[in-house]
Amino acid sequence: MGRYLIRRTLFLVLVLVIVSFLTFLIFYKLPAGDPARRVAGHRNTPEQIAEIRVTLGLDKPWYVQYARFAKGLIPWPGFFLNKDIYYSYANFIPVKEEIYKRLPVTITLALGAAVLWLLIGVPIGVVSAIRRRSAWDRAGMIFALIGVSAPVFWLGYLFLFVFWYKLSWAPGSGLGYHVALLQSIIQGKFVLAWVVLSLSFAAFYVRMIRGNLIETMSEDYIRTARAKGLSEGRVIFKHGLRSALTPVVTMFGMDLGVLLGGAIITETVFNLPGIGQYTVQSIFNDNYPGVMGVTVFATFFIVVANLVVDVTYAFLDPRVRYA
Amino acid sequence: MPEPLLEVKDLSVHFPTEDGLVKAVDGVSFSLQPGETLGVVGESGSGKSVTFLTVMGLVTSAQAVIEGEVIFEGQDLLKLPKDEMRNIRGSKISMIFQDPMTSLHPFYKVGYQIAEAIRTHQNVGKREAHDQSVEMLRRVGIPKPEERADQYPHEFSGGMRQRAMIAMALSLNPDMLIADEPTTALDVTVQAQILDLIDRLRAEFNASVVIITHDLGVVAEHCDDIQVMYAGKIVEFGDRRDIYYGSHHPYTWGLLRSISRLDSASKERLQPIKGLPPSLIFVPPGCAFHPRCPYVFDRCRTDIPKLLPTDGHHASACHLTLSDKERIFEGEVVVRR
Repeated sequence: MGRYLIRRTLFLVLVLVIVSFLTFLIFYKLPAGDPARRVAGHRNTPEQIAEIRVTLGLDKPWYVQYARFAKGLIPWPGFFLNKDIYYSYANFIPVKEEIYKRLPVTITLALGAAVLWLLIGVPIGVVSAIRRRSAWDRAGMIFALIGVSAPVFWLGYLFLFVFWYKLSWAPGSGLGYHVALLQSIIQGKFVLAWVVLSLSFAAFYVRMIRGNLIETMSEDYIRTARAKGLSEGRVIFKHGLRSALTPVVTMFGMDLGVLLGGAIITETVFNLPGIGQYTVQSIFNDNYPGVMGVTVFATFFIVVANLVVDVTYAFLDPRVRYA
Repeated sequence: MPEPLLEVKDLSVHFPTEDGLVKAVDGVSFSLQPGETLGVVGESGSGKSVTFLTVMGLVTSAQAVIEGEVIFEGQDLLKLPKDEMRNIRGSKISMIFQDPMTSLHPFYKVGYQIAEAIRTHQNVGKREAHDQSVEMLRRVGIPKPEERADQYPHEFSGGMRQRAMIAMALSLNPDMLIADEPTTALDVTVQAQILDLIDRLRAEFNASVVIITHDLGVVAEHCDDIQVMYAGKIVEFGDRRDIYYGSHHPYTWGLLRSISRLDSASKERLQPIKGLPPSLIFVPPGCAFHPRCPYVFDRCRTDIPKLLPTDGHHASACHLTLSDKERIFEGEVVVRR
């Protein structure tokens, strides 16, 4: 297990390098705005811009610039997203600070949606599988179709329109200034965002669980369980679902990892100051370090989530053992 | 004659499907005495498995149209409410299946799965159920049963897994054990061990055993009575001597002729039964075997032969006369003794 973990950590570093390099290339090569000019502000002279370019290190060749970013890739305190390189071009605030400030919002959004999509998705999936071709199943599949097809931005604005604007059931987008996060949650500011974000995942999980459970229930060991005289409930949950949910756990870990890197569209629609919103802002403001920083951060989360999920799988399925 | 343990009367199980009504079991009647071993022989699709899945209540009226009676210890199982049937399943009548690797849950330890069966039917604590399951593993001949009980199915060999399945099936001391192709998925040497084990345990547990198989060789040594099934019906019934040394049905003859024998010449070819098993939706009229029968005559194509006793215990469903049957058997089926 030790060797396996070391291998996976090296893999993590490799992925970070590749992703960050590709991101760097995209922003270096894309004909976007000139960050130096942005920093210089409205009234600027060519000399000012040139000076700022030197300060920001934009005059150096690309490999030197990338090397500076690369130093921030090492997942170790002191190195990771270090302050010297990763600071916003716009306001010179270190990227790390921004991310940490916004992380609680993103975590709240991700975890809330995750709990909700499990609570919705698993029961519907199970009922659909057990009562195949019944009205419940058809309803479940229609729900799944809608949830998977409806884009988040459409669904988000629709919900805001119906539940906030028309019905006033839920608060609108955005969190108040200087309001504690906990208070915002209690005020229900996250509810619509949670529902909208969870719906598309729930739909996907409904289909996945239904498919897995149907397949599992036709396995021989289910027949054995019934032949032993077990109650149907026990057969479905302890024998059927236990096998059917194992790949779902894997999926869940991955989805959560991706969301922790920022639910970009949802945060934008609902104006939640999370990492996703910061990403969008950084892209529009040509804030290269911001973009690099968020990308590295999200990549880190996803790869770690991947690792956690793989290790968890070995606990769930005794046939799987890692060297 | 003591009261039979199981009496099946005119059982038919028809599955409605998109392609038509599949008549898996079509008018089957037999009985099983206490302490007896019954061999049920037939090709895939002969209805042998479905008959006993229906006896167990694993095929229900939700899936098929079931008619007839299944009398077990005085009760008609087909009329029992689901809960009562569940009590009987696993504790009074147990079943083991063909492939032990897929029949055991891969995520639970073997000891746990056996203990689960015990705790379903008996009010015992986890510790005691675990001890009982270890004891059952010992009785089926698994070495170091305490260690083995804590292992997962994929850590067992094929033969051991089948032993574990047998342990699970016998853990509640059932009156009847149904073994559906118990050795088909195992190596030949292991086959013999498992069949001997079933014999020994039958005596120890005083249970009746049904061995379902497509292999006449398997039933030869281990079964008291043998029932040959074809296209959902019983075509011949008799004891060992009747079937091997004096059978009265062309299908049985076909099966006997197609067994490879140690004493046959090496160049001698096996004689398979020509043709294919019939569709259970469009069953041939008259005798279902007639399209493949080398002795077919007019009556076979129109009249369904009844299973009639020819000689006390021995019965066959064929329109040939008794003397014809004996003549053919002596002349053509028996090559050498």
